[in-house]
Amino acid sequence: MNRILSVIVNNRMGVLNRITGLFLKRGINIQSITVGPTETEGLSRMTIVLNVDSERTTEQVIKQLHKQIDVLKVFDITEQATVTRELVLIRVAVTPQTRAEVTGLIEPFRASIIDVGRESLTIQATGRTEKIDALIALLRPYGIKELARTGITALTRDSDTVNEVARLNKANVVVL
Amino acid sequence: MSVSTPQHRPGPAAGAAVLRGASMLVEALKREGVEVIFGYPGGAVLTVYDALYDAGIPHILTRHEQGAIHAAEGYARVSGKPGVVIATSGPGATNLVTGLADAMMDSLPLVVITGQVATDLIGTDAFQETSTLGITMPITKHNYQVRDVAELPMTIKEAFHIASTGRPGPVLIDLPKDITNAMGLFDYDRPVHIPGYQPTIVPNRLQIRKIVAAIKQAKRPVILAGAGVLHAGAHEWLRKFVERVRIPVVHTLLGLGGFPASHPLFLGMGGMHGTYAANMAMYEADLLINIGARFDDRLTGNLAHFARQAKVAHIDIDPAEIGKNVETDIPVVGDAGEALKMLLEEDATPGDYADWVEYLLNLKREFPLWYVPDGKTLKPQRLIEMIHQMTAGDAIIVTDVGQHQMWAAQFYPFEKPRRFVTSGGLGTMGFGLPAAIGAQIAARDSRVFAVLGDGGFQMTLQELIVLTEYQLPVKVVIVNNTALGMVRQWQELFYSERYSQSLMPVQPDYLKLAEAYHMKGLLATTEEEAERALREALATPGPVLVDCRVTPDELVYPMVAPGKGIHEMVGVKP
Repeated sequence: MNRILSVIVNNRMGVLNRITGLFLKRGINIQSITVGPTETEGLSRMTIVLNVDSERTTEQVIKQLHKQIDVLKVFDITEQATVTRELVLIRVAVTPQTRAEVTGLIEPFRASIIDVGRESLTIQATGRTEKIDALIALLRPYGIKELARTGITALTRDSDTVNEVARLNKANVVVL
Repeated sequence: MSVSTPQHRPGPAAGAAVLRGASMLVEALKREGVEVIFGYPGGAVLTVYDALYDAGIPHILTRHEQGAIHAAEGYARVSGKPGVVIATSGPGATNLVTGLADAMMDSLPLVVITGQVATDLIGTDAFQETSTLGITMPITKHNYQVRDVAELPMTIKEAFHIASTGRPGPVLIDLPKDITNAMGLFDYDRPVHIPGYQPTIVPNRLQIRKIVAAIKQAKRPVILAGAGVLHAGAHEWLRKFVERVRIPVVHTLLGLGGFPASHPLFLGMGGMHGTYAANMAMYEADLLINIGARFDDRLTGNLAHFARQAKVAHIDIDPAEIGKNVETDIPVVGDAGEALKMLLEEDATPGDYADWVEYLLNLKREFPLWYVPDGKTLKPQRLIEMIHQMTAGDAIIVTDVGQHQMWAAQFYPFEKPRRFVTSGGLGTMGFGLPAAIGAQIAARDSRVFAVLGDGGFQMTLQELIVLTEYQLPVKVVIVNNTALGMVRQWQELFYSERYSQSLMPVQPDYLKLAEAYHMKGLLATTEEEAERALREALATPGPVLVDCRVTPDELVYPMVAPGKGIHEMVGVKP
């Protein structure tokens, strides 16, 4: 099962190594990992997607992450209301015949063309993992020449909003 | 990413002096009250050694960096204070790896300083460069590389703090050569502030109350006490608590000495070579109170049979240990001493389990640890018993790893804490002799015995000269069975007696070796000779090496075979 961990760490030499080393020691494969600065200077957020076999493994991983001195906070956001996004760049093969078709195809994905060549288009899309997967599946028949995905990054939703949605749900006012 | 260290950098305090990096290190070590350094010089730490030249801090020059770090471990185990190690870059640092891993597993506080090539050479594959930070990351509690001399004082202060608080462990500081030469402001008076490191010391009272309630309801309770009791200095609290609630105590290997072995409620060591009573107590218990042990696999045996009927309460300062191996009903994060104090405050009282205690004490009487004297050979167990008798049970026993280690744990009952120095988690052969050096330095007036196997002794025997040079009266007892006894035992029991590479029939002449290292050497091949040799060793002021030729094919019993439950012990009776 996939778990999404959001980890706040000191932005410091070797921290990524400390985190990945910890997974290596326990033989856990990292599906994706994204790292970038947060709103606080000196701190970074890592969004780590793991494939683990049990709750206990997840719990142990979170505890071990907590033990790292450069780790300030760890959240398992798998079950939480979150906004998750990933970005993909796809270079897809096109011919004069398929160029318009591809352009039309990607439109519902709110993807954009960021580079145009004689025989290819480079497409950029952001969204949830399932959306990115769907876009890739649709483009595959045309011939994907190159592909780069960032892996997801995530934030939990504003708690006021989450509570409000829950209240409305309970009251059957809206069905989401 | 930006480089380097401490978390907190407001302006300097008044009275801070400008010092060279190496002098900062020396000054910081003095401020930390460091009594001794174990180390080995080299190119990258020349400036540090120059500053140490007339610093007045005693330095023990071992003959290998591994010796230095094991000595620091022995010192830390006996004194409870962080052991300090200095080694150079490259091979100096890599030679520390085994000791770091050992200290990490056994939660020993160490502050380890390694030299590094100058910052402008880092990453160029310079002479004696290695990625010490990368290599030691998984085997240290934390590690640092100092890239700015201004950060050096607080880095050292943080290192001592991290090493010695919470669950203790080794902290390494990698110190590039130019940093040791650079001048900077030495400000050591700022408080340590590490947002990512806030160990929980005082446990949650509600959880403690749950244990109190569980004790009242229990019909078959048992206490498992580990090294956490010793690290917390909580042995007196443990005794008070046990006497209040009348629950029998099982110790882990590293916990030995936390509870007096002669106490009627002591069941002995549990685990693979523990006592039958201890293991059956854990197997049949309906309440298992673990205080500062980590449910190591050598203790639990097959988890499917470990404390299956028990409600498990686990007190540990490291939350990651709780629920790691054994599912826990009452988790308590905190210091063992604080938890025990709180248990007494909360008026823990015994439940209705006097019959159970009687049953366990019967098992203890009926299935004692045993060996069969043959009237000819020197039984290794008898040898340990003799050491116990001659030292009135008050010696510090340092062991290596293997059969002799188990016999020492079984046949030298410890009454007091910090008297047993052994490599538990990592099982490091070669640990014993250097660790005995550190133990003797930590307790100058104590009788220190290094009880070693012939295999482990030969891994680090170069440190003998340290005993002579620093006049450390360690009595080195080689439990010599001309084999890697434990390997041989497993081959006998589980590999059809195919003794693949476990026999060492050709041995050095240990008496000549002792002579070469300027110490008295004695040989014992029978019980009588052993008694005489041990008496002579004890009467000799300096270090003595005693080569004890013991029964070569003796096995460690009782035993839980690998994969078996702790109730499936073999060899519980002769």
